[in-house]
Amino acid sequence: MIENVTKAALYVHENLVIRRNRICPEHGYEDRGRICVVTGAHGDELEGQFVCYELIRRINAEKEKLRGTVDIYPALNPLGMDTGVRTVPIMDMDLNHMFPGQKDGTMMDKVIASIVDSLKGAEVVIDVHASDTFVKEIPQARISEEFEDMMVPYAKQLNIDLIWINAATTVHESSLASSMCKLGVPALIMEMGLGNRINREYGEQVVDGILHLMHKLCLWEGEDIPVKEPRIIRNDDISFIRASESGIFMPLAENDTFVTKGTVLGEMIDPLLGEVIYQVKAKCDGRLFTLREHPLAYEGALIGRILKEEKEKSS
Amino acid sequence: MKEQIIFSMKAPYREDFQIKGYSFGKGMKSACILGPIRGNEVQQLYICSQLIKALRELEKNGCITNNKEILVIPCINYYSMNVGRKFWPVDNTDINRMFPGNEEESTSSRIASGLLKAIKDYSYGIQFASFYLNGEFVPHVRMMETGYQNTSLANLFGLPYVVVRKPQPIDTKTLNFNWQNEMTAAFSVYTNSNDQVDEKSAKQAVAAVLRFLTRMGLIKYESHSGYISHIILEEDLSNVSSMKSGIFKRLIETGQEVRYGQELGYVIDPFLGDVVETIVADTEGIVFFSHTEPLVNEGDIVYRLIHRLHE
Ligand SMILES: [Zn+2]
Repeated sequence: MIENVTKAALYVHENLVIRRNRICPEHGYEDRGRICVVTGAHGDELEGQFVCYELIRRINAEKEKLRGTVDIYPALNPLGMDTGVRTVPIMDMDLNHMFPGQKDGTMMDKVIASIVDSLKGAEVVIDVHASDTFVKEIPQARISEEFEDMMVPYAKQLNIDLIWINAATTVHESSLASSMCKLGVPALIMEMGLGNRINREYGEQVVDGILHLMHKLCLWEGEDIPVKEPRIIRNDDISFIRASESGIFMPLAENDTFVTKGTVLGEMIDPLLGEVIYQVKAKCDGRLFTLREHPLAYEGALIGRILKEEKEKSS
Repeated sequence: MKEQIIFSMKAPYREDFQIKGYSFGKGMKSACILGPIRGNEVQQLYICSQLIKALRELEKNGCITNNKEILVIPCINYYSMNVGRKFWPVDNTDINRMFPGNEEESTSSRIASGLLKAIKDYSYGIQFASFYLNGEFVPHVRMMETGYQNTSLANLFGLPYVVVRKPQPIDTKTLNFNWQNEMTAAFSVYTNSNDQVDEKSAKQAVAAVLRFLTRMGLIKYESHSGYISHIILEEDLSNVSSMKSGIFKRLIETGQEVRYGQELGYVIDPFLGDVVETIVADTEGIVFFSHTEPLVNEGDIVYRLIHRLHE
């Protein structure tokens, strides 16, 4: 059932409409609770589009096994999605820094407050993100330290590679996930892939995880695929690689591979002089779990992240 | 006047990015004045240029107090200005949301860190800033309620209003908040425009800063004593929103006094031309902010009123 969560009239002859697809158990089956999957807060992140599609497709294929309500919101920032920009058009603000909204604020504040209202009462809210257009990520949950105890048990079910606990509250403050947690609604951010792209494999992986979580919450009696055991990491476990000089970054390593200290991850080149400015090297052994995709890199730009001391599992 | 480079960085396709500062007088780091941190803050740039002009004249006439140094940084983010963007061009990050910054982190975080390092030892900090709502403000001084804020100092600018804002989580990354945490008495000065030069309010802003510097004993300058500022808590401002969308017709100027029930504006159906909404004041008071864009969304804030205040 397609529902309008909220609606507001735009300048000229058009409404901003936030829509969700609500899937309920078939007639005669008990409704044991509600899970919400939201995405599209950042208009340049599309990975969540496939997740929405695939989750709905799989549930509808075995709908008689559904024991709860599933609300799927493909686009929290429909105008950003439409224009392919990260922020909310015109005001140019990051939607995920505007939560929980405000009933007497601007139009977007009111829209956000309605989104928040619509999520209240859920067993859990999963906010699917796709990194940004600069770096590629492997599937992971991001949780603020403040809500670690509340959210790690959920994140462990999601068939992801990592759970990143971040102490910097400013990263999370005013986000959908933190605002919902503050209201007592368990919520987490999932990051994977790359902006403006869709990685089907990651999408399938994460949908397996969402169905597994629903199984754990007794909302789903369909097929339950065993999930990965995510590694729980903190900032101290990560070696951040940032551009020490500006240039064009040409990767020589693959993301999600194991590297050793000194491995050349790529070259920073100068297109005017035809020279390598410097070689970007790994500062430690570990798993390269973030890698730059956008070639232009100014000094300070994120090139990659290595998860320290993670050894390849010998299988 | 001494010119110095506060921060610089190489760029692949552009001339080096350089934040320049101009200092007047020598000695104690007394006051630092900052221009645009966002690319649309043209008014703020104009004000700083006029202030530098005035300070050059004062210095020439020996009117900068001994052992006091005043630094003006007329523009931080001219890179965005030159490409018609509001935020940092490469990644669209808002430098004013990157403080205190870190020299090991992202580009804009490095810029924030480099800037804060250069300005944190000044006793007084004045930033010409802009607000996220597009529109016109009554000229005012804005301070964050950090526990260190000093509204009686803010009064010395002699602008009509001083606004104190309770910091929201998002504010903790602004320059103003972090500058105050460095024990600089930090003020943000808002005039009524951003992307247009408004001569009248620019003059008012330059005068306000010179008045402040005079009253703090940093310069010798004869100035009009200005207003006795009225202190307002931001949460006490009352918002007037539109209920309909369309073409917005403003009837009241910022700074004007309105009565309860007075008509403040119309929303006109953009296709049929009819007035679909008459916006009326739900309180009496003075217009602190008004929406100046010709179009309006349903639910936009079109006015903010200072409740029950009279001219
Ligand atoms: Zn995102």
